[in-house]
Amino acid sequence: MSELIHVTSSPHVREKMDTQKIMLWVIISLLPATIFGIFNFGPRALWVVILSIISCVASEYVYDKIVHKKNTISDLSAVVTGLLLGLNLPHTVSWFVPVLGGIFGIVVVKMLFGGLGQNFMNPALGARCFLLLSFTQQMTSFSYDGVTTATPLANLKAGQSVDPVKMLLGTEPGTIGETSVIALLIGAIILLLAGIIKIRIPATYLITFSIFVLLFGGHGFDLTYLIEEICGGGLILGAFFMATDYVTSPITPNGQIIYGILLGVLTGLFRIFGSSAEGVSYAIIISNLIVPLIERVTVPTAFGIVKEKKGGDQK
Amino acid sequence: MGLHTFQGGVHPFEGKDLSKDKPIKELLPKGDLTFLMSQHIGAPAKPVVAKGDHILRGQLLAEAGGFVSAPVYSSVSGTVKSIEKHRNANGDMVDAIIVENDGQYEEVPFTETPDFHSLSKEEILSKIKDAGIVGMGGAGFPTHVKLAPKNPDQIDYIIANCAECEPYLTCDYRMMVEHPEKLVRGMEIILSLFDNAKGVLAIENNKPDCIRKFTELVKDVPRLSVVELQTKYPQGGERQIIHAVTGRDIYSKMLPADAGCIVDNVETICAIDDAVTEGKPLMERIFTVSGDAVTDPRNFKVLTGTSIQEILDAADGLKGPAAKMISGGPMMGFAMFDLDVPVTKTTSALLCFTEDEASKYETTPCINCGRCVDACPERLIPAHLSKLSEHGDKASFEKQYGLECIECGSCSYVCPARRPLAQEIRTMKKQIMADKRKQKK
Repeated sequence: MSELIHVTSSPHVREKMDTQKIMLWVIISLLPATIFGIFNFGPRALWVVILSIISCVASEYVYDKIVHKKNTISDLSAVVTGLLLGLNLPHTVSWFVPVLGGIFGIVVVKMLFGGLGQNFMNPALGARCFLLLSFTQQMTSFSYDGVTTATPLANLKAGQSVDPVKMLLGTEPGTIGETSVIALLIGAIILLLAGIIKIRIPATYLITFSIFVLLFGGHGFDLTYLIEEICGGGLILGAFFMATDYVTSPITPNGQIIYGILLGVLTGLFRIFGSSAEGVSYAIIISNLIVPLIERVTVPTAFGIVKEKKGGDQK
Repeated sequence: MGLHTFQGGVHPFEGKDLSKDKPIKELLPKGDLTFLMSQHIGAPAKPVVAKGDHILRGQLLAEAGGFVSAPVYSSVSGTVKSIEKHRNANGDMVDAIIVENDGQYEEVPFTETPDFHSLSKEEILSKIKDAGIVGMGGAGFPTHVKLAPKNPDQIDYIIANCAECEPYLTCDYRMMVEHPEKLVRGMEIILSLFDNAKGVLAIENNKPDCIRKFTELVKDVPRLSVVELQTKYPQGGERQIIHAVTGRDIYSKMLPADAGCIVDNVETICAIDDAVTEGKPLMERIFTVSGDAVTDPRNFKVLTGTSIQEILDAADGLKGPAAKMISGGPMMGFAMFDLDVPVTKTTSALLCFTEDEASKYETTPCINCGRCVDACPERLIPAHLSKLSEHGDKASFEKQYGLECIECGSCSYVCPARRPLAQEIRTMKKQIMADKRKQKK
């Protein structure tokens, strides 16, 4: 009998939720936006997304093989990266763009730093920024219904009028997954209800961004303009699905608030004062880099301990 | 009446239905009894009997080995067979007195005091001290020390810890259902020691029958009331229950008495009643045998010193092979590899499971999800602390409040990467405490 008895240190029970199930929830919550994107942009969008996922999963598989590490693709994190990368690309890109992006995101951003849990920036966004710099032309030209046009966000920046209803629905040019605010919000609600993400980061991000736009946007207290800014570009996709990436966001509750504020300020800065209309990706990856520092200064005081001397404002 | 609780915590599968409705059955042991000398925190007890002595039930076997210590009494009559090392539930070998049971249960005479009001505070305290009562919820802190704080006038809360937040355990619940008058009288006795205190029976709301019954019972008892707690683990943690009931917070360098509180577990309070009104020393306790591998999960009244194997046999043994056997609850209990271990004053349960959840899953990398942070009742960052333990960084571990960990296991329970967070933190904590003890010497 004694051979069958396991002796371990307590606790002896575990919750059912594991990493793979978390990733599965993220994939499920991205499906509304993915499906909408495919209907909106046609079969080519599906092709880009599939290429991107295959590239990510294959990169991780091959990397694990080459360095003789245990195969980790079953945790589904590579699928999430691939899906997010695909949703962040225009449907018009050449086949090698998602393929290269997937390889860069997985191998350079994720695996070289030690794989899942060790990457210092979001692999999908790292890959997107790499592609933006390498294939600027392809990455920034958008077409809709076969006509090359500017995105609503670019129009907004250029001072032209945009249609907020279309922006909510998503029947507009843009990257595959970013256009439909409604589809993205459905996914966000799924994530929140399933307890996968908490509202803290997206809420502080969006609130800070709104305040920034109202203060410095040059439109005064113009709520229509504000809604157009929020619905335009990758802000909703970024705020709910990429800024909330566990690995690259702070674990401390106060850190998450600081991180959200930082994201809001940076996005506002890039969008309003930068030369490009979009700034979400850069805001997120720059904030990713500061996460270890944020975590360091926001370690909460343990239960029951009252700090006698108040330190200086940490921010 | 609002729901009282604390921040953090988890909701593990309760599993109490297995044994909750099984009345307490008295179990008289047939085999030898083993009385460990360390059934409490503090100095081990010192044997006062020798091999070959004939002893009676209720007779002193070993006296307290210091101020923070407790005496040990025989729960049977018989002959002292030997004094030797024996294994405890943690797997350590400790001093023990082995008694051969003659099955007669001849008792020493006990002096009953039907009305405790006739006793002075000092008399009550000395009765509790002499009875060898320790915290029976698991910690085993000598109760007479707890009840003699430096500032008795400043104690304003006596909390009866009736949370029983550990899954599967039903021993406290059965005690409350079957002997509610003992718990109430025990509380009255403790209250008589503290003039400025009010007593609170803090019960989790998964025991609505107990809440109803006690609300009715304490209606006419001065200074005693019932507080309903949210069902959540570790609601019965000392710091958590104090916060839930009083809103006061304490940390590792404080005693509950520093916040004007004294917390005692259900069975401890009932043992105080036995000691004061019946004059009986602590020699029995309620014990739950449960888990999916047990044929007939139930609650027993067992004598201290009974072999756990014998109790399992009394529950008709195992249905099939067990992968894991735990002394205590699944969140904080000890896994055992051998059932030839005696019941002590603090052993509340034997749980046998067909599957070992702790080793079933593979550990994967931390994804920084923060579930451990949400679960931690002590507002720690378990993911960081466990990394610091891996790196052996004692200074940062202390700076990030690692020593505040109460080892409740909530972080390991929720971790989706199945990381042994609580285990690593516990190891590091032990090392640091050992270092500190060395420095003091």
